Amino acid sequence: MRELVVETDGLTKRYGDRLAVDRVSMTVMRGEVYGFLGPNGAGKTTTLRMMLGLIRPTAGSASVLGRPAGRPDVTARIGALIEGPGFYPYLSGRDNLRTMARYQGLPNTEVDRVLEMVDLAGRAKDAFKGYSLGMKQRLGVAAAMLGSPDLLVLDEPTNGLDPAGMADMRALVVSLAEAGQTVILSSHILAEVQEICDRVGVINNGRLLRESTVADLRGGATLRVRATPEDAALAVLMRMAGDEGVRRIGNETLEVDLPATATPDVVRQLVTHSIDVHEVAVAERSLEDVFFEMTGNRTNSGQELVS
Amino acid sequence: MNAIVNSTRAELLRLRKWSAIWVIVGAWLALSLSFGYVFNYVAYKTGDDNFAGDGATDAQLLAELMPSAIPDVIVSGLPMFGGALAMVVGALVAGNGFGWGTWKTVFTQGPGRLAAVGGSLAAVTIFIFAMMTATLALSAGVSVVIAATEGQTISMPTMGDLAESFGAGFLVLEMWALLGFLVGVLAKGPALAVGLGLVWSLVVENLLRGVGSLLSGIETVTDALPGTAGGSLAGAIIGGPNGTPGVLDAISGERALVTVAAYVLVAAVAAVVVMRRRDLA
Repeated sequence: MRELVVETDGLTKRYGDRLAVDRVSMTVMRGEVYGFLGPNGAGKTTTLRMMLGLIRPTAGSASVLGRPAGRPDVTARIGALIEGPGFYPYLSGRDNLRTMARYQGLPNTEVDRVLEMVDLAGRAKDAFKGYSLGMKQRLGVAAAMLGSPDLLVLDEPTNGLDPAGMADMRALVVSLAEAGQTVILSSHILAEVQEICDRVGVINNGRLLRESTVADLRGGATLRVRATPEDAALAVLMRMAGDEGVRRIGNETLEVDLPATATPDVVRQLVTHSIDVHEVAVAERSLEDVFFEMTGNRTNSGQELVS
Repeated sequence: MNAIVNSTRAELLRLRKWSAIWVIVGAWLALSLSFGYVFNYVAYKTGDDNFAGDGATDAQLLAELMPSAIPDVIVSGLPMFGGALAMVVGALVAGNGFGWGTWKTVFTQGPGRLAAVGGSLAAVTIFIFAMMTATLALSAGVSVVIAATEGQTISMPTMGDLAESFGAGFLVLEMWALLGFLVGVLAKGPALAVGLGLVWSLVVENLLRGVGSLLSGIETVTDALPGTAGGSLAGAIIGGPNGTPGVLDAISGERALVTVAAYVLVAAVAAVVVMRRRDLA
């Protein structure tokens, strides 16, 4: 049984009449990368702030690393980048990290280590106010990693990064996860979450809609078979996948609950029964498809939620 | 305790490298030098009764420029300029943390809110102490140079007088700095805090004291205000109002000392309590 690192129970935050977070109960296990998904205003950042003790819940509770959220001995073991990096604009990147390291009583060597990790050592002497958004974001991640925390909470860490920077950030999170680091990653880039997260929680309108592994959320792959005559093909495929395993989806196409490895068998059976096979395709639902089905939100690009 | 020491060290690092803070220190020292020595010295050298001398004889003017007058000089400018500048320091230190998001970053770095805010208050206190020390050093240096230039005997004040004056001056500056810090916390930003603080310390209190001199009920209130307390504490050191704006004799020195100390304590505790309870959205 893996150790619970975060456990919330009915976590609720109300601002006047507005319910920002509504009875969210979620769990994060040690060593996993947990993706926290939701459209803007869904309640992601508010939930994370409650986990970090930055804001107090109206109701419910959050336990982090086995202790009530917000206690100094708990936050000392968490590294967090919440809703953008907050640093002293007149200080250099290095001095900002030195300041934060001093708060934890850490030596300057720790500053050098995290600067190298986010590839910012070359610009560390520059003033923070002169940094690009991507550099600021990397400095925020560096500050979060000071002291090698047990839990890393990254709220939209790839915001403002160029494609290469995003790839570097993904690689960094993956390498941290491989080293056993527990990470909560809030992101609106669904492909990113699908690629690097073990489990995800989907939140919308303040409520946690689903929490499961990425694979479970996406479901298994299906085959889409366009064949004629359709009725004959349906009969053959039902014998292979069961009555419930085949569905008509129009245009002489059938959706079959069989894995991609069954493709040769499917084609062979259909041809054996003198059925013309026009097309066989593997249909795999992306996390994005699932997400939009659950939240009813879709953007023009179809790739990202509007941030 | 270790967390407060760490927080204080962190705050001192970032304050030391903040040019805005040094601009304020520079402005304060320039004002101290100008109003404490330069104008009086020019009046003494030119013999112009209408310029800065305020009817004082040459002998009186020279006496105010000598090392023996250091205890009076270093507190004379505090109730007016020093207090206002110290308030700006406090408001900037606390208020900018909200706009820059640095309070949020600090609170997620591990120190508890008590330690983080306590460290910030301690750093401001150390900074004010250094500012007062610089004022004393400047005053000592300039007065010794003037005494030597004018061929006067260099007669230093007693350590007791110096310590009393330094302590009173430090308390007045500390009171205004921590009140600025508190207003910065309440306003969640430096702009409103600085504006309100300056209007209060430079204008509103003076107006209230003007009204208070006519209405005894109001006077009871104005006697408890920070400007009155700070001005009266400086006045007690100097021996009464000497024509310097803000230096008063509205209340006794003992009462002024207690009032100023109470403001220091209340401002610090209130800032910590508000920051500990506040949601940092």
